[in-house]
Amino acid sequence: MQAVLSDDQVQFKQVVHRFFDTHSSTTAVRQLAETETGFDPLVWSQLSETLGLPGTHLSEQYGGHGFGPVELGIILEEMGRTLYCGPFFSSAVMAGYALELFADEAAKIQRLPQIADGSIRATLILDDLNQPSQVGRLIEANQVGALTGSAPIVLDGCSADVFIIVAREDSGLGLYALAANAQGVEVLAQESIDMTRKVARVSLHQSAGTRIGTVTQKALNRFWDLVSVALAHEMIGGAARLLDETVEYTKGRYQFGRPIGSFQALKHRCADLLMSLEFAKAATHHAGFCLAASDQETVYPSMAKAMAADCFMDMARAAIQLRGGIGFTWENDTHLWFKRAKCDEVLLGAPHRHRARMIDILQETQHVA
Amino acid sequence: MSHDWISAELGAFLDAEFSPDLSLVEWRRRLVSAGWAAPAWPAAYFGRDFSQAEALVVSQIFAERRIVGAAQVGPRRLAAETILAHGTPEQKQRYLPKILTGEHAWCQLFSEPGSGSDLAGASTRADRKTDHWLINGQKVWNTSAHHADFGILVARSNWDLPKHQGLSYFLIDMRQPGVEVRPLKQMNGHASFNEVFLTDARVPLDDLVGDEGQGWAVATTTLSIERQGFARGRSQGAPAAASAGRVYEELARELEIDNEPYTWYPQREGRPDLILQRAQETGAIENDAVRQEIAKLFCLTEAARISAGQVSAHQKSGGQGMLPAGSIGKLGASVIARKAAHVHTMISGASAMLSGPHSAVDGIIAETLISVPAISIAGGTDEIQRNIIAERVLGMPKEQRMDTGPFRDIPRNGH
Ligand SMILES: Cc1cc2nc3c(=O)[nH]c(=O)nc-3n(C[C@H](O)[C@H](O)[C@H](O)COP(=O)(O)OP(=O)(O)OC[C@H]3O[C@@H](n4cnc5c(N)ncnc54)[C@H](O)[C@@H]3O)c2cc1C
Repeated sequence: MQAVLSDDQVQFKQVVHRFFDTHSSTTAVRQLAETETGFDPLVWSQLSETLGLPGTHLSEQYGGHGFGPVELGIILEEMGRTLYCGPFFSSAVMAGYALELFADEAAKIQRLPQIADGSIRATLILDDLNQPSQVGRLIEANQVGALTGSAPIVLDGCSADVFIIVAREDSGLGLYALAANAQGVEVLAQESIDMTRKVARVSLHQSAGTRIGTVTQKALNRFWDLVSVALAHEMIGGAARLLDETVEYTKGRYQFGRPIGSFQALKHRCADLLMSLEFAKAATHHAGFCLAASDQETVYPSMAKAMAADCFMDMARAAIQLRGGIGFTWENDTHLWFKRAKCDEVLLGAPHRHRARMIDILQETQHVA
Repeated sequence: MSHDWISAELGAFLDAEFSPDLSLVEWRRRLVSAGWAAPAWPAAYFGRDFSQAEALVVSQIFAERRIVGAAQVGPRRLAAETILAHGTPEQKQRYLPKILTGEHAWCQLFSEPGSGSDLAGASTRADRKTDHWLINGQKVWNTSAHHADFGILVARSNWDLPKHQGLSYFLIDMRQPGVEVRPLKQMNGHASFNEVFLTDARVPLDDLVGDEGQGWAVATTTLSIERQGFARGRSQGAPAAASAGRVYEELARELEIDNEPYTWYPQREGRPDLILQRAQETGAIENDAVRQEIAKLFCLTEAARISAGQVSAHQKSGGQGMLPAGSIGKLGASVIARKAAHVHTMISGASAMLSGPHSAVDGIIAETLISVPAISIAGGTDEIQRNIIAERVLGMPKEQRMDTGPFRDIPRNGH
């Protein structure tokens, strides 16, 4: 199994890094945060057409580039660093992986290429975003595929062209597709703490979905691992950016006749944060390598999600604290990352849920020492 | 004074003097002249020399009988207590009554862009002219300065002395051309603090508190009162609930303005009071990990409450240690707020992402999650409280200072 990025991967990272440095400045992020759809269509088409990013992790036979969780992680780390605003996570990651893992061959052939080239923006509707075992409680499909129920939080629900939906059936869960403007679909924008990622509530009333696949619990778990690790990459990217800028701040800010960074209390806090970040990064990268190497269920994805979430929140709190009053202002950019950290912490399961899942897996595989 | 005596005395006063049809100011003037507005203050200055316990009896009677008391909200108390401790007799006569009647609102003009934790590093200038002080500089993070009539101000009157010795403490009229107040928006969307620009603003010579150069000692009093406030949590001086009559209508209007900057203050304390009910309603209480965290939070909130009670009993019996108790309580309040935000997050799960009126508890939980970072900064950061506790309570050696020479030679931001 891989332990570090290959030369090609490092090169890819540099390309992606430059792209988001240019196209996702904090000025742009702040502008997009104020809009309804929350993304810039021009940047979306550039990252889709020029770099082909949405297809990175999708299979070649369905229009993707056939790379995996590691390359996807590289992209998300850079997106987290710059707080990229756009439907990448909802469409390419959530809907893309759902189709790859759950959809029938015909549906993959029909739908994945458009997600891979960014021409269609899909989002995945899950009626629970806390844990896989709870999915399917609120949305139900009848025999002829009519969908009823609601999902309280759907990423980019207001701007997606297509909804991919996991719904409860007589026995088990099914995967459905539905045009966003289909009959019986009600989409209500919701305010989020994080203005840089738009969310909506979606309610379905006998909406005529197309059944495109079956969702087994095993596949759902695998899906959850893949998207959680993708999100963990976003979090460590954000956390690393915060640490860099916070350390820089402490070097330039003077109190008591000296830079505040010369106070041991702040040095120690930053040193602890670096340790936490390095551990979270190691866990996240390792989880990516594991997912790329095998289908075997391991503790690492949940471990990555839990550690990255705690690290990002700790970092965000410190980033505000070490700036003092200025860190609590709207004008200062730190709160943008703080709010992303808060939302990422709970999206796809708060850390305590992932830790509980780790123990379940450890017990099953009898690795408990 | 026994409870019965206070109750009889106050009862007779209220029967004779209180009417809901009085104007708010007129009513409070009567309270002030009789010493009931601030009974714990000295009898010589609008009070009755009551102990804290006796004063508590008074406020209980006010609450029971739905009587409107003295104006409370905002930094008025900081100004009043500081003037009481350090002001001249004339300053006490001039300023204290109107603080109690609510005719004057106050703000605290301490922090500056270049000096927050290091308050003694203030570089706002105070130049002595023949019949006034001329003030030039910028203050920042000044809560409710946009509603204030007066400010308590720390400024530098001597640049050649070491920094603590060159400061003076002033009472400044905010309603003058040289004072410009600009609101600052916070990460939680509110704008309760401001930037205050002082350009050739004037302070009469009489409005210096303490002697020239003694500003730091005076400011220290203000700061320790402020820290105690954090440890105690906010008391809004719970007004008589909406009753009919002019005095209640005017009170409601006053509170609407006075409370505007503070609507989110309970949220910055983490709202531990909402935890148990939410955990039960959402079923999160069934989760073992959540149960443990709730219990840990409960340990903290209860211990803080009990400890604060013990500290105040100790002080009443003549014990010492007001300052460190304040710092420990303030640090505790930060820990509690952070923990409570964490537990609220666990309880909410993914729905913690949502904010606004349709989210948990009318948006209160979301507001909590993005307001708690303030409590470990406002009123002196956690790091500064730890320094105070380590150096003044534990007596640990001080850090080597790098800011001991004449103030003008000390390295600071932009110099
Ligand atoms: C909600 C709110 C309301 C406020 N209201 C008022 C008000 O009404 N009036 C007013 O005058 N001020 C007010 N303040 C300002 C507040 O007192 C200052 O923000 C605070 O003292 C910190 O100062 P600073 O912002 O300059 O940060 P800095 O002093 O620059 O601190 C930056 C970081 O350095 C750390 N640091 C500094 N010195 C040391 C040290 N010696 N050892 C270790 N760490 C150190 C700090 O802890 C902090 O983490 C308010 C602030 C907030 C957030």
